[in-house]
Amino acid sequence: MSKYTVDERGYYGQFGGAYIPEMLYPNVEELRQNYLSIIESADFKKEFDLLLRTYVGRPTPLYFANRLSEKYKTKIYLKREDLCHTGAHKVNNTIGQILLAKRLGKQKIIAETGAGQHGVATATVCALMGMECIVYMGKVDMERQKPNVERMRILGTKVVPALSGSMTLKDATNEAMRHWINNPTDTHYIIGSVVGPHPYPDMVARFQSVISAEIKSQLQSEIGNPFPDYVFACVGGGSNAAGAFYHYLNDEHVTLVGVEAAGKGVDSGESAATTALGKIGVLHGSKMLLMQTLDGQVVEPHSISAGLDYPGIGPMHAHLFDVGRVKFVSATDDESMNAGIELSRHEGIIPAIESAHALAALKQFEFAEDDVVVVNLSGRGDKDLETYIRWGKY
Amino acid sequence: MKNRITELFSKKKDNLLNVYYTAGYPKLNDTIVIAKALEAGGADLIEIGIPFSDPVADGPTIQASNKVAIDNGMNVSLLLAQVRTIRKDVKIPIILMGYLNPVMQYGVEKFVKDASAAGVDGLILPDMPIHVYEEEFKELFHQHNLCNTFLISPTTSEERIRKIDHATHGFIYAVSSSSITGAKGEFTQGQLDYFKRLKDLKLNNPFMIGFGISNNASFKKAAAYSAGAIVGSAFITLLGEAKDLDSEIQAFVKSLKG
Ligand SMILES: Cc1ncc(COP(=O)(O)O)c(C=O)c1O
Repeated sequence: MSKYTVDERGYYGQFGGAYIPEMLYPNVEELRQNYLSIIESADFKKEFDLLLRTYVGRPTPLYFANRLSEKYKTKIYLKREDLCHTGAHKVNNTIGQILLAKRLGKQKIIAETGAGQHGVATATVCALMGMECIVYMGKVDMERQKPNVERMRILGTKVVPALSGSMTLKDATNEAMRHWINNPTDTHYIIGSVVGPHPYPDMVARFQSVISAEIKSQLQSEIGNPFPDYVFACVGGGSNAAGAFYHYLNDEHVTLVGVEAAGKGVDSGESAATTALGKIGVLHGSKMLLMQTLDGQVVEPHSISAGLDYPGIGPMHAHLFDVGRVKFVSATDDESMNAGIELSRHEGIIPAIESAHALAALKQFEFAEDDVVVVNLSGRGDKDLETYIRWGKY
Repeated sequence: MKNRITELFSKKKDNLLNVYYTAGYPKLNDTIVIAKALEAGGADLIEIGIPFSDPVADGPTIQASNKVAIDNGMNVSLLLAQVRTIRKDVKIPIILMGYLNPVMQYGVEKFVKDASAAGVDGLILPDMPIHVYEEEFKELFHQHNLCNTFLISPTTSEERIRKIDHATHGFIYAVSSSSITGAKGEFTQGQLDYFKRLKDLKLNNPFMIGFGISNNASFKKAAAYSAGAIVGSAFITLLGEAKDLDSEIQAFVKSLKG
């Protein structure tokens, strides 16, 4: 156990816990009591590893980005989560959770989704396991991410529009929680990021930790040293960052950088830069950093990338920010779009706009020539074509 | 120290009616009119909701009232000022119900102190964990003479119900079904069995049944097993449609109690 991972009561410093109405308690408690013994069992590990290898396509490559490195005068490696089946890191978590749900005897799956990547990853594993699946998605997001809505439908999932609030990710999460309250016994809720009541943040971080486990062994064989100087990852709720940082948390000489979406600028009123704008608060079952009014009403975030359009960051990241272990920066819509084009032109890889935020932050650092900089490329840009086209500056 | 909730339950043990409404709905200052009309109509307790942007345990009716109330400008300070006004006339217990975040931002300690001073008798904070209450706030609630109500649901184990009973002061809120708030039809046999199971547990605290109670029939059924019942969504619907709040509220309360 490390001072950066969850304690036995479900907290990361002052963040975390399980702040849920009693109606959710039995579900969450069942999960809490069982998740560790299940995911540490030999039989689970075997099935999880096999699927990650033969179905997801792991290990994903750690690619030395030659031309980008030249440009930034340092050594940049891309962790290619964009090459995962379904196009993003999200599937690492949904594979883990569906195997867990099966072992808990659940028959139905629900999930929330913003950009649709987690929804697609959930729909995919439900098809794989023959389980019934409902995904809640804000009506606004359904309109801006149409191809992912249809992907889910092709996979046999029912996509239900969240019509409350601002009709985006946070509202989809509310609706999924309401569904879970109404269906407490046969349903498992696959949360898509390191948010929600304990044990979700820890469980999701563990499933995603395969990312940094692989980076470590790949760097070891590539350069003879498992430790990079930097790891960059974008932060929406924080799952790809949690996975990319996980096995480096105790290696304090590795600088970990979380990149949030500044939207139109941190002070523009249209931003999702939680560490800059948020305060400690309770939403979706845990104490986290939350963008909110003085009265404690949750504020609508803005980001050009639907996957980063969330008004908070999960408790683990809130704590890592609080104690200074992770450096948090942000990138604007414009900076990120430009970084997406830059990667496309230099390396022939069109990144997800979420991941482009991590790339955009490179400009804010001065690297030494022999620094080893790992950027977690959390997803591919296929889903974002329409946004790229609307952006148009290429 | 006297507390209106514990006093009420020491005198009257059945057929109690508790009515929930959202502060600042339909209009910002209706909070006051509604409280007076509820008392005049014969309600035994009043439960006022602090609106929140993300009420996860609530169905569409209460969600919508929360949104209107926030847009009207309702917040914790304003509500406490309204309660002070209400207290000039209204004698029945007042309970504030709210999700933790707005209370946390106001400051839980300050909230407990100010609510008590305004004439509030009890709080329901449905997303506050029991251990947090017991370790951080129980003393404070006692100091300021506030009751604290926890919820139980049909899936709550007996062991957990006992624990909740221990942590509760005043009354327990028994949610009638595994669901979010919202008016529903008749109780099923399964629900009635659950009410009976609760009654037979002979808990230290009285319990009131809420969620899905909308008329005299459901009120009477729930009250047959418990100290009484809590009406929420059905009342919010009435508030949204009422032409004359005072008379319609009084008539609604009378029809509920029968
Ligand atoms: C490609 C990609 N990266 C990142 C994210 C953000 O989520 P998280 O911060 O949990 O990794 C998303 C979410 O949809 C995504 O699709």
